[in-house]
Amino acid sequence: MIRFALRGMLGRKLRTALTAIGVVLGVALVSGTFVLTDSISSAFDSIFSENYKNTDAAITGKSAFELSQDTPGVAPPFAESLLPTVQGLPEVEAAGGAVAGEAQLIGRDGKAIVFGGAPNLGFSVDPELPQFNSLTLVGGAWPAAGEVVIDTKTAAEKGFKAGDTIGVQARGPIQRMRISGLVEFGAVSSIGGATLAGFDIPTAQKLFDKEGKLDQILLSGKDGVSEQQLLDSVRTVLPAGTQVRSAADQAAEDARGTSGFLDFFRTFLLVFGGVALFVGSFVIANSLSITIAQRTREFATLRTLGASRRQLLGTVVLEALVTGLLASVVGLFLGLGIATALFNIFDAVGLTLPNNGLEFRPRTVVVALLVGVLVTLVASLRPAVRATRVPPIAAVREGAQLPPGRFHRYRPLGAALLAVAGVALTVTGLFVEGASTTVVLVLLLIGVLMIFIGIALFSSRLVRPLAAVANPVARWSVIALSVLVWPLFSLPYWLLRRGVWGPGAGARRVGGFVLGAVLNPLLLLVVLAMAVRRRLSSWQPEWPAEFPGVIPERPATSIGGENSRRDPHRTSSTAAALMIGLALVTLVATLGAGIIKPFEDAVDRIFSGDYAIVAQNNFSPLPPTVATAVGDVPGVEAVSSVRGGQGRAFDETILITAVDTQAPQVLRFDWESGSQQVLGELGANGAIVDDEYATAHNLQLGSPITLQTVSGTNLALTVRGIFKPPAGGSPFGNVTISTTAFDATSPQPQNLYTFLSMSGGVTDANTQALNDALQSFPNAKAQTRDQFKDAQSDSVRSLLNVLYVLLALSVVVSLFGIVNTLVLTVFERTRELGMLRAIGLTRRQVKRMIRHESVITALIGAVIGIVLGLALAMLLAARLEEITFAVPSSQLVVFAVVAVLVGIFAAIWPARRAARLNPLEALQYE
Amino acid sequence: MEIGDVQDVPAVAVAKDLVRIYGEGDTAVHALRGVGVEIASGRLTAVMGPSGSGKSTLMHILAGLDKPTSGSVIIDGTEITTLGDDALTKLRRKHIGFIFQFFNLLPMLTARDNVLLPLTIAGEKPDDGFFDDLVARVGLADRLTHRPAELSGGQQQRVAIARALVSRPTVIFADEPTGNLDSKTSGEILELMRGSVDEYGQTTVMVTHDARAAAMADRVLFLADGQIVKETGRTSQHEILQIIDTLDLS
Repeated sequence: MIRFALRGMLGRKLRTALTAIGVVLGVALVSGTFVLTDSISSAFDSIFSENYKNTDAAITGKSAFELSQDTPGVAPPFAESLLPTVQGLPEVEAAGGAVAGEAQLIGRDGKAIVFGGAPNLGFSVDPELPQFNSLTLVGGAWPAAGEVVIDTKTAAEKGFKAGDTIGVQARGPIQRMRISGLVEFGAVSSIGGATLAGFDIPTAQKLFDKEGKLDQILLSGKDGVSEQQLLDSVRTVLPAGTQVRSAADQAAEDARGTSGFLDFFRTFLLVFGGVALFVGSFVIANSLSITIAQRTREFATLRTLGASRRQLLGTVVLEALVTGLLASVVGLFLGLGIATALFNIFDAVGLTLPNNGLEFRPRTVVVALLVGVLVTLVASLRPAVRATRVPPIAAVREGAQLPPGRFHRYRPLGAALLAVAGVALTVTGLFVEGASTTVVLVLLLIGVLMIFIGIALFSSRLVRPLAAVANPVARWSVIALSVLVWPLFSLPYWLLRRGVWGPGAGARRVGGFVLGAVLNPLLLLVVLAMAVRRRLSSWQPEWPAEFPGVIPERPATSIGGENSRRDPHRTSSTAAALMIGLALVTLVATLGAGIIKPFEDAVDRIFSGDYAIVAQNNFSPLPPTVATAVGDVPGVEAVSSVRGGQGRAFDETILITAVDTQAPQVLRFDWESGSQQVLGELGANGAIVDDEYATAHNLQLGSPITLQTVSGTNLALTVRGIFKPPAGGSPFGNVTISTTAFDATSPQPQNLYTFLSMSGGVTDANTQALNDALQSFPNAKAQTRDQFKDAQSDSVRSLLNVLYVLLALSVVVSLFGIVNTLVLTVFERTRELGMLRAIGLTRRQVKRMIRHESVITALIGAVIGIVLGLALAMLLAARLEEITFAVPSSQLVVFAVVAVLVGIFAAIWPARRAARLNPLEALQYE
Repeated sequence: MEIGDVQDVPAVAVAKDLVRIYGEGDTAVHALRGVGVEIASGRLTAVMGPSGSGKSTLMHILAGLDKPTSGSVIIDGTEITTLGDDALTKLRRKHIGFIFQFFNLLPMLTARDNVLLPLTIAGEKPDDGFFDDLVARVGLADRLTHRPAELSGGQQQRVAIARALVSRPTVIFADEPTGNLDSKTSGEILELMRGSVDEYGQTTVMVTHDARAAAMADRVLFLADGQIVKETGRTSQHEILQIIDTLDLS
């Protein structure tokens, strides 16, 4: 039986390959994700350990509480007087101090140098202690006071060399500095596109506003001193607010932020790999069902020859197993290609990821193979069980059908119940309070999976009515698209072919050929290739070909329409794959639209000024000096900044913000208690809180809050106001204090936002004046309120685009699903196609018939998917107040057009196969 | 050898010197070795012969489904062996009808739509009077809304016959039309085909194994080994069986 199964697969290579393609793509994304993230993380690890290669221990500042990585907040620096103390310890061989911060290099065009979203790293270098220096000098000299060394990549790409002068900006305005030399980090020219700027310690301290302070002291122990002894001895002299770690621990701590991000990135990509696999499993199940129906007679013959049901089950499952394994292996290696491609894509958009070569871990192999094989196996179970139901008598019957299963009658009911149960789980997950995030996510995941499967099974009931509706839509949308591509594709293709091997008068042919070549030069190449092939082999291109028309022939489309209705199960299973992809795309689009609107409302409600000052990338915080600079511009009536950081109150770490005295003039709050005036008068101990926080901690006006800051100071605050943040989100933390109080206790305060109002409002002159004032801060720009709003919602839109790209993969998988079904169907209807050709269906009509069936199938998937996506979005919008439910009509039209295109593309190849069929087939019997 | 029509009736299909060779070299199969035939208008012509005699190949070539290795076929004045696929398809629409052994109806269409299929494909409107007359004649008047799965074999073949007749083609080719039916139904189907020739003047060519079917024909051609070895006018089943015996064509 095993040999029989394998033989069968070899005999159906094409069908097996088509079946497997969903698994190949899904596994490729899974393995690509692992390879990509593993490679990045190992590259980061090597960067971080490179930092400490000759270091035994590192002293750093210590924040009063553990900082969460996704909100702003830095460990405070410490006094540099610690350095001589540590150097004096008997266990210490050498100790070097360092400061670091963000340092922007300014190009010759006056613009900040940024490669993608990579950071601009600035730090001190101490040539006296080269063992602690992770930079390698590749040209020139180490920096003296007021000099800078920059990385070779920046130098090469922006045309700088040692001896040139370059603008540098850190906490203050731009300074011009001489480039004393070029450096690399360890041995690599770039760490993920980050720019590097190195200074001597006093220069760095001044630039980063850390005079007399250090961020880090690197230590090496004397020979024979163990790491523990070194750490113990250093601890005896450590002042409060500092800590010492071994080099390995410090490297791991440094990597914490990146690895946290990588974990998120990995999960994020894996989710989409999972979606593609889920869609792929539909494709597999459907393809296997069709193949098994077609092999009814073969199975029956085996039964008559004595094969047991168990053996038949084994045959089909074994086939699936082998298919799944082969597909997973192919997918695994395709994943390497995907990882390489992603590195290149990120590189091309300027976001160079650190790359020390691809990291192919055993875990990647195991997970990818296991997932691929399991998905295939699960998908094959139902078709396999169906195969066992073939009665031996089917061997001798013409056109025997698979008998319906025992529960066939209850299938629609069961499917509906499954979907309803799925909805119930989803609603439970969304609306029941108090469940942990994990529980909620699991409920949602299972719920949504059940909805998808339930709807997919139930949708065979919807095929007939939907196909009737889709029929004219398919016809007209294909006409519309044909009209669009006619002058650029259909017409030149015909003209070019006529020119090369067609009959007719010479002049007209040549004229047409030239016109065709002008209309679509790409097709010229295609047709010339065809002409060469015609010369070299006996291949004869089809000619005469009908002059291309755009109106689909009704006879062809009406038979195609009937075909889409004749096997509702098959049509619905094929459409289901596309349905899933489109439901998710619709969900994303609807939520996206639902987030942007309230967000823009929120900006309008909170921000009552005329301009905002933001970083070039629209989100990085800016140093307070920027706000000071624009405050001096004539015509500025009020300028106010929102600072952000972390604090600790009621035993939890929260985001805190701070506003200054001019805040009431540019910011507006929806007060539950308190007033606009309070906003400017928070003083040393006033605080405002949002309403949810107030409720959670039972705060009223006058309630005390003890807020611990990063530097360890406890602020005794009193609640002066409680506000309701707008539904679209607010830039404010749970607790907002005055800038004075914030700056006194926070190292290196940064502005999240700066808003200002000017006399005359938004005018060109005002904009010009602000931009002039920002000349020395090339990383900052002035935006009008509308620009600010657009720029902020643009980030949501670009996230949406990333999601669309990732979901496109599952749409591609479903496209292959349609191809698969059509190919199998064409194969099954050979005799019927032959009859149609015999009684007068032309090749083109055959193609249009298949295409019409394909487009209808795709439209059915699109309609169910879009409705389902909207319904899911409605559920989420009902739960989350940040989101309003808004139908993104224009996107939905785009999705429907995409579905039509999927249908058209999926049909190309099967239709060609069908058109090539010889009508004689109709008259020949086995 | 070329055999003209014995009676003075114009020919609607003329084949000359048809040679059809499948494959090349040592494995080449000579399906037709120089066949000439004229199909007379308004007559039922039967083609008989054992398996491998070339009778199906002859029919396929006459119907424009296959191309001869050499020779010519003229249907209604058009030389069809040089036509491209599209032109040939359109010629089949207008001039050729088919009746198949396995009926070959579209399962998702009703009997009415199956009958009208050739007109649908050609984008033509049916002539209602003729259609009603036709379905009454083939006995389908009360079955028009049924799908093939709900019809018996004989009823399905009636639909197929009506489908072949509906576009009033120049010539109908029937390939073993009774090959898949019991003997009583076969008789009814043959009567129907005979009737369509007599009453509509429908030129029909029928390939068959069945002497009873051949006995309904105005003319019977006997093929063996790729050549026409004998032909007779209308004759009895007994006579046909005798000819088969003498020629050792069984």
